[in-house]
Amino acid sequence: MNYCLIIDDSRVIRKVSREVAEGLSFRVAEAENGEVGLQACQAEMPDVILLDWNMPVMDGYSFLKHLRATPEGQAPKVVFCTTENDIDRITRALDAGADEYIMKPFDRDILAAKFQELGVLPASHSA
Amino acid sequence: MTEAEFDALRAFLKTRSGLALSPDKRYLVESRLSSVCTRFKIDSLSHLVREIRAGRSVALEKATVEAMTTNETFFFRDKGPFDLFQDVLLPKYLKERASTRRLRIWCAAASTGQEPYSLAMLLKEAAPRMPGWHIDIVASDISTEVLEKAKAGFYNQFEVQRGLPIRLLVKYFTQVGDQWQIAPEIRAMVDYRYLNLIEDFNRLGQFDIVYCRNVLIYFDPNLKADVLRRIANIMAPDGSLLLGASETVLGVTDALTLDPAHRGLYSKNAASAAPKMFAVGGR
Repeated sequence: MNYCLIIDDSRVIRKVSREVAEGLSFRVAEAENGEVGLQACQAEMPDVILLDWNMPVMDGYSFLKHLRATPEGQAPKVVFCTTENDIDRITRALDAGADEYIMKPFDRDILAAKFQELGVLPASHSA
Repeated sequence: MTEAEFDALRAFLKTRSGLALSPDKRYLVESRLSSVCTRFKIDSLSHLVREIRAGRSVALEKATVEAMTTNETFFFRDKGPFDLFQDVLLPKYLKERASTRRLRIWCAAASTGQEPYSLAMLLKEAAPRMPGWHIDIVASDISTEVLEKAKAGFYNQFEVQRGLPIRLLVKYFTQVGDQWQIAPEIRAMVDYRYLNLIEDFNRLGQFDIVYCRNVLIYFDPNLKADVLRRIANIMAPDGSLLLGASETVLGVTDALTLDPAHRGLYSKNAASAAPKMFAVGGR
């Protein structure tokens, strides 16, 4: 079962994202900031990470820099999922190693489309 | 709206657009045509049907047809047909058309433009491999309203996120307030035309690739067969047709044949190819 880690300081966003990801047959774990997210990655590297930008302790951008600095951290597909929707932010995220970018608010179709595009959608949900 | 009025409306839609509305779709008519009533200051659906029967307003008839057509689409919808374009069709025609360096593509139900623009972006990405090529992308639809939106090329945040890879968004779109507008060089690659598929489309010329996805499902079997036969007639002998995931030519027409290696991809059936016809298809 594909493993999805959701890193977001909003409990509501984590809950909504979890419901969507579980609906797409992902196994899901949650982290409330980048530091907790890195610990989760050390325990088990996810297939895909949904990552908020603005969070206390460690923000999403710093998390991504740390993650991509390690050889094993190259593997997960990282999807920024944030209210920051200007083109400069998106470009920064891509330069730092993000694979995709979702501008909040989002819905199930958008998330499913991004997962499909990245090739991480579990087989039972692929087109 | 009485049963007789509903039947009259169904007959009108079928004659005008080919839309085969089943008797259980009364709710759809009521939900979609209420805004047309408001716009034309008509107090009820019964009144709307009477106006259409009287044939007093072309604008009302057009608005009614447009309101009943489904325009749902998104960039790179279903992914597969675009992977096929990039991995199979483009390499094939780059080779087959190397002497003429010309490729003609038709999106037969282009709606708000996401399908032709998706192809245009793929072609732009492939441009370094295609020096000196002349590409025509003709995109047609029955709704002038959606064609205007397509030409303007503005999309909201939800629309640009459904299926469009973020790198293509950054590369080919500009943020305008809370909207995103596709780049002028991509817009310029697509030639939008008003077209009703039940009418003759021979004037469009011959095409190498035809995308006709998720529109034939709204037609009855006879019209579907007729449209497919006429599409086959304007396809190049080695042309390709892409239908929607739930659509097939099987049992509908023998003018086209499924490519067994690629789901949704059809070619002309050489054995049954009819001579090129210029008659408007009857139903």
